[in-house]
Amino acid sequence: MRKKHSGRLAITQYSVWSFLFVVVPLIFIAYYAFTDNNFSFTTENITRFFTATSNLTEDDGTVREVRTYILIFMRSLKLAAISTAISLLLGYPIAYIMARASEKAQKTMMTLVMIPMWMNFLIRTYAWMTILQDTGIINGIIGKLGIGPLHMIGTETAVVIGMVYDYFPYMILPLYSIMAKMDTRLFEAARDLGCNSFGVLRRVIFPLSLPGVISGVTMVLIPSISTFYISQKLGNGKFFLIGDAIEGQYVANNLHFAAAIAFILMVILLVCMALVKYFTAKHVYGGE
Amino acid sequence: MKKIIELKNISKAFDGETVLDNISLDIYDNEFVTLLGPSGCGKTTTLRLIGGFEYPDEGDVVFMGERINDTPPHKRNVNTVFQKYALFPHLNVFENVAFPLHERKLPKAEIKEKVDQMLSLVMLSGFAQRSVTSLSGGQQQRVAIARALINHPKVLLLDEPLGALDLKLRKDMQQELKKIQKSTGITFIFVTHDQEEAMSMSDTVVVMSEGKIQQIGTPQDIYNEPVNAFVADFIGESNIVDGVMLEDKKVKFAGHIFDCLDTGFEKNEAVDVVIRPEDVDIVPEDKGMLCGTVTSVTFMGVHYEIIVDIKGFKWMIQTTDGVEVDAKIGIYLEPDAIHIMKKSKYSGMFGDYSSFSNELDELSNPGGEDEE
Repeated sequence: MRKKHSGRLAITQYSVWSFLFVVVPLIFIAYYAFTDNNFSFTTENITRFFTATSNLTEDDGTVREVRTYILIFMRSLKLAAISTAISLLLGYPIAYIMARASEKAQKTMMTLVMIPMWMNFLIRTYAWMTILQDTGIINGIIGKLGIGPLHMIGTETAVVIGMVYDYFPYMILPLYSIMAKMDTRLFEAARDLGCNSFGVLRRVIFPLSLPGVISGVTMVLIPSISTFYISQKLGNGKFFLIGDAIEGQYVANNLHFAAAIAFILMVILLVCMALVKYFTAKHVYGGE
Repeated sequence: MKKIIELKNISKAFDGETVLDNISLDIYDNEFVTLLGPSGCGKTTTLRLIGGFEYPDEGDVVFMGERINDTPPHKRNVNTVFQKYALFPHLNVFENVAFPLHERKLPKAEIKEKVDQMLSLVMLSGFAQRSVTSLSGGQQQRVAIARALINHPKVLLLDEPLGALDLKLRKDMQQELKKIQKSTGITFIFVTHDQEEAMSMSDTVVVMSEGKIQQIGTPQDIYNEPVNAFVADFIGESNIVDGVMLEDKKVKFAGHIFDCLDTGFEKNEAVDVVIRPEDVDIVPEDKGMLCGTVTSVTFMGVHYEIIVDIKGFKWMIQTTDGVEVDAKIGIYLEPDAIHIMKKSKYSGMFGDYSSFSNELDELSNPGGEDEE
């Protein structure tokens, strides 16, 4: 009886907590997004996101009119997608090796993945600035070897490196946890039935790891798409991303438009996730 | 008969612990062979060596005259029904069975035809589109068999495939496996620790213990002519008594001289005498060759299993006559009820029914220093 009671209490606490800190803020964002400065209903903020234009000067000097926020969004999406893809390609084999290693090695590797997360996000990004600068560590080393200098800071590459580094653990963890649970006899069965190593990966390991891939991709893509700090510091402010746009509007005390951008971003991401879930549902097994 | 698999002087150790100790075994075409032994005897390792999942430290695995020590599993014409089936949970029944055919890139129509045929062989037609996780243990078992057979391997390896099924279903599957083996003509190598299962299905039984093969033979040979106390105890129930072979066909044990059928021992050689519980006749006390006191009677359905204390040694006797506890009875043994074995390292370890399992002996005698 007592146990049941405390269980119910925990659920109540959880409900209150998530209502206060998840639902209420979301309602506020939606409320701000659809109101003007006098808090009367408007869709203007939303329309502005899709219609605002500005002039973009191309490298060859021609000037082109572009839809400002669509362009920013697409740029954010591109960098986030590249970072996510790199995280996945790097993280997948590492997670696999971790999952198959001895128990002791697994613990060590897990700690190594986690340690950077214990440090402040801003400090980590600053550290990458000093590494990637024209006078930074990398250029110092390759300069001694007579190569370079390599201009890295302020490029898209630097922003991608920062994103991959910062969000990599979020890719590793779900992949590792699903791979560690996999029944290795299934791999033996696949080999027995005619698969070489690549066949085992393609036909058994990968399909079984799909739930991990999906949550890893989600957990890296979403923070990378909405980051603003990394692009400011490692991109020298040259790559204005959707997160920068929200921050900029917020700092300029333009709360309603900031909320509108955040709201649209959220809707787009939710739709994307729903689509991913729909198309992979067939392959994702619910067993064990 | 054609040899299909030869294991030649194979040894294998894991982390310095010997699992297989110089075993040699020939397996013939179209044979139903069972590797039988308690857990840790090396039977599964032997199977995995044939399947290609382990490589021998010493010795050779020969498949149809060709040494295949280093051939990976996917290049061997051998398939496995795994313990607990190892079905792919992300694929349905059809896709599981079709798995090896997709790997061979067969045309779709041919795959469908073969899979349908195989599913009907294992009586799962109509289950093709089911998720494997929704099937019962017996149905999963059938899928695993269908999947392993669809490539028509020369040899099918079965690793305790019936262990997870309940008794009646297990009996049905035993019959069915035997039928499938006969109709396909594929050599089956079956691993089990269940001696009844081994007896009822096999052409040849290989009894293993501690990484060594103890005896190879037909079920009848193994039951009637066990080579040592381990085999006698592991296969069925047996009373194993210390005896002395006085001369050919004369053996003395429990203070009495018996006629038997065994010959070829030294004069006065110490031997192990095996008497199966069902071969003991109960007679009135004064007519018995040996006398004892009944210490327990257990009703087993078809018969009673009674434990009789004869000069401090507990005998098991199976009888259809009702006997009371504490009754004094005599026993009578026909010459063909007595089987004589040479002494081995297993002598004295088995065959006394003070308790049924070694485990209980160990529990009631922790440390075990008191023995010997």
